[in-house]
Amino acid sequence: MINAAGRDIPEEILKITGKEVFQGAYAKDGLQYKKGAPTVRACLNPNRSKLVASITEVLKKCEIRDGMVLSFHHHFREGDYVVNLVMEEVHKQGIKDITICASSMGKAHDPILPMIEDGTVTGIQSSGVRGKIGEAISGGKLKNLAVMRSHGGRIRAIESGEVHIDIAFIGAPTCDEYGNMRANGGKSDCGVLSYAVADAQYADKVVAITDCLVPAPNLPADISQMYVDYVVVVDAIGNPAKIATGAAKPTTDVRKILMADYCTEFVINTPYFKDGFTYQTGVGGSSIASTISLGKIMKEREIKMKFGVGGIAGPMCKLLEDGLIEKLVDTQDFDAAAIESIKKNPTHYAITASEYANPFNKGAYVNQLDFVILAALEVDVNFNCNVVVGSDGVVTGAQGGHPDTAAGAKCTIVITPLLQGRIPAVCSEVTTVTTPGETVDVVITDYGVAVNPRRQDLIAATKKAKLPFCTIEELRDMAYGIVGEPKPVQFEDRVVGIIEARDGTIIDVVRQIKPFQY
Amino acid sequence: MEIKKPAIAGTLESSDCQVAVEAGNGTVDFSLDSTVINQFGYQIREVVLDTLKRLNVDNVKITVVDKGALDCTIKARIECAVYRANDITENLPWGGVIR
Amino acid sequence: MSHPDKKRLRRTMMFLNAQKPGLIKDPYIYGADSIMLDLEDAVAESQKDSARYSLYHALKEINYRKTERVVRINGLDTPHWQEDIRVCVAGGADAIRIAKTESARDVLTVEEHVLAAEQEFGREEGSTLLMAALESCRGVLNTLEICEVSPRLFGIALSGGDYTKDLQTSISGTGVELAGARQYMIMAARAAGVQCFDTVYTNLDDMAGFEQEVEMIHRMGFDGKSVVNPRQIAVVHKIFTPGKKDIIFAEKVVREIDEKKAQGIGVFTVDGKMIDIAFYDGAKRIIGLAKASGVYEGDL
Repeated sequence: MINAAGRDIPEEILKITGKEVFQGAYAKDGLQYKKGAPTVRACLNPNRSKLVASITEVLKKCEIRDGMVLSFHHHFREGDYVVNLVMEEVHKQGIKDITICASSMGKAHDPILPMIEDGTVTGIQSSGVRGKIGEAISGGKLKNLAVMRSHGGRIRAIESGEVHIDIAFIGAPTCDEYGNMRANGGKSDCGVLSYAVADAQYADKVVAITDCLVPAPNLPADISQMYVDYVVVVDAIGNPAKIATGAAKPTTDVRKILMADYCTEFVINTPYFKDGFTYQTGVGGSSIASTISLGKIMKEREIKMKFGVGGIAGPMCKLLEDGLIEKLVDTQDFDAAAIESIKKNPTHYAITASEYANPFNKGAYVNQLDFVILAALEVDVNFNCNVVVGSDGVVTGAQGGHPDTAAGAKCTIVITPLLQGRIPAVCSEVTTVTTPGETVDVVITDYGVAVNPRRQDLIAATKKAKLPFCTIEELRDMAYGIVGEPKPVQFEDRVVGIIEARDGTIIDVVRQIKPFQY
Repeated sequence: MEIKKPAIAGTLESSDCQVAVEAGNGTVDFSLDSTVINQFGYQIREVVLDTLKRLNVDNVKITVVDKGALDCTIKARIECAVYRANDITENLPWGGVIR
Repeated sequence: MSHPDKKRLRRTMMFLNAQKPGLIKDPYIYGADSIMLDLEDAVAESQKDSARYSLYHALKEINYRKTERVVRINGLDTPHWQEDIRVCVAGGADAIRIAKTESARDVLTVEEHVLAAEQEFGREEGSTLLMAALESCRGVLNTLEICEVSPRLFGIALSGGDYTKDLQTSISGTGVELAGARQYMIMAARAAGVQCFDTVYTNLDDMAGFEQEVEMIHRMGFDGKSVVNPRQIAVVHKIFTPGKKDIIFAEKVVREIDEKKAQGIGVFTVDGKMIDIAFYDGAKRIIGLAKASGVYEGDL
């Protein structure tokens, strides 16, 4: 069945998943539903300790069984040890058919590959999969369909009860013996534990895993003791060097600076750029350069940002400290500077992933965004974005908050170089749709700037800006004119994963890769 | 033109391609390893075969390792390899069979 | 016969290695006025042939939009320059940069072969411009004759690195060792009515030093500078593009001189400065430069 993003979703997939096809980014607005709830055990006995000596033991205490759904957060980014530590034990105990429901997965989790191959892990639900896991999924090695969700979509799935988590494993930089967890104060600080809050609230069993046990009460708690069943202390939950990464040097790449300048010029010419605006940006070289030059203009024109959202990295914290941003609401920290900032700046606040982007709660922060600056692997002439499937057809990226922020922001800007080597980033049809074109307003490349024709208001407002405006088709034609017209990647028929839209409908599918043949 | 001796042109740097030619066994034996084979496998093959035809080469074993080179670069590398295989370095037919 | 592009805007001339496909596929993005595709020093001896094929196809198939395409051929003391000229002309290069020009004879030799190539490849005779790179003491001393010997020659450029070696000193960053060559070249270029370009600045980490040097050579009268990296382009354009104040003043000067000429007045003041007819050409030049740089919004 063809969905509202123009993608054909096989009937069989609709049957297996019980899901609907994507009907539009705002189709489910106003939907009334009953939330899910975990099955929990009352803890009346004041003499029972939550401390468990090892992961081996805690798995037994949680009555780990074949077929369970285990959840993890990715606040430790490429420095995470928790997923591998837990899954190694699960594997050792001969458990099979596990579904990993992670907020995201990366190359740090390559050791999971043999567990996919031998049936220990048969399902993966994640915002993104990289490295060997991505290759395994694209290679058809995962028994069940992979489910790729945005950050907001994952929380929706958990809070609505669509996904039922049996055991949530939450890596906590500090934890007390009764389960109050904090993202800071230990040796693997990560700033916030936003992605894990829903897991703690909705999983049947919640296990805190920490490498820094502190005296009770560990307050103010990012996750309260009342949700936690067990606490396990291990040597290390992550590699601090890869969690609290150093600041990226400002880019000197002329193309990136060019695109950053275009972005800043566009932003300041929209009606949303006025005192009290709200903003979110990514960590690409251009996004950061644009944020910095925007800061200069904000200073000149005495325009303050009421709040910044994210995904926070150093540059946004600097603007906060310079008094140009009033508040930061933070769902993840990308570098050491951001982690330091949330620890010391009283106006830098942690919010939960649900508050950030859940489309099914009563109103998330993404809905209040004026601007969001995003990247993409591909954008097509309908402004659909692909952020998950690489040019070789292998799953390689993550949705993250891309579809969430794009849907919520008044002005969604995607920055991408027109060509990535010989691959055109602007094309006739993206390999896989992850963010629907109706939510994407502007595409900025080194060759030109295209505004979505749906936004005649933006086109009119920015007419006078000194920008190389052109249509998205012209960008595609420029790209194809230089590199030639690319053929679409060949795939097998077998569907190996679904791309879930924020609202749980299916926006696209991922098929098994096929080695190229003439 | 014949391939009088094995020859190589180009590099494995991004956006370049390396072309190796040697005498064939009566046909054009073409093999391709490309980082963009999915999108441009057909296009690259067409350019390679066209260029060889233009140069009047019909007996060659040609191996192309491509790192996302544009058509103009692929042509340049093939021409270079073929002329090197013939030890020809000047008075080239620019605008003639090289175009 | 005056080539229409002989006096075009050339604030920046960016060097690109013709052997590097990744760099030559869309250099117009960087906005340099000219690009210099290099067959000479950037290309290893064993790859001189390879660079030619790359060059030919790049010239023929890549869209450089309004950027001028100059090719630096190998020196006349190498076995490569003749085939270099053939491929440049056949490919449609806009201009050829002669490395290590020592005398007018060198220019004439190249011109002869360029003409033959234009005839061989069916290009309009005279359509290929020339520029001379001066890299030695003798070359610098012969500047005037080099500038005047061919109508195709649009300008000269200083190759500071080789020149200072010939002087038996080195580049200090103060400019003192290059001062003589710079002054002399500008004088000769102006006397002959051609353009003059300064040498490259290779320390990309010292943007402040680079900017200082560009300010200085601008004041000395250079028309532009060779750059080695796109990052340097914006700085040169900023300094070489007339500012709003200068443009407005130039407009006033031109208008006043025209008006006063009709009234028979030869000397007067504009904004407190003493102006006479001698200022006319300079003011017109500033307006011309502003127009070519795309910043002119007036109606002169």
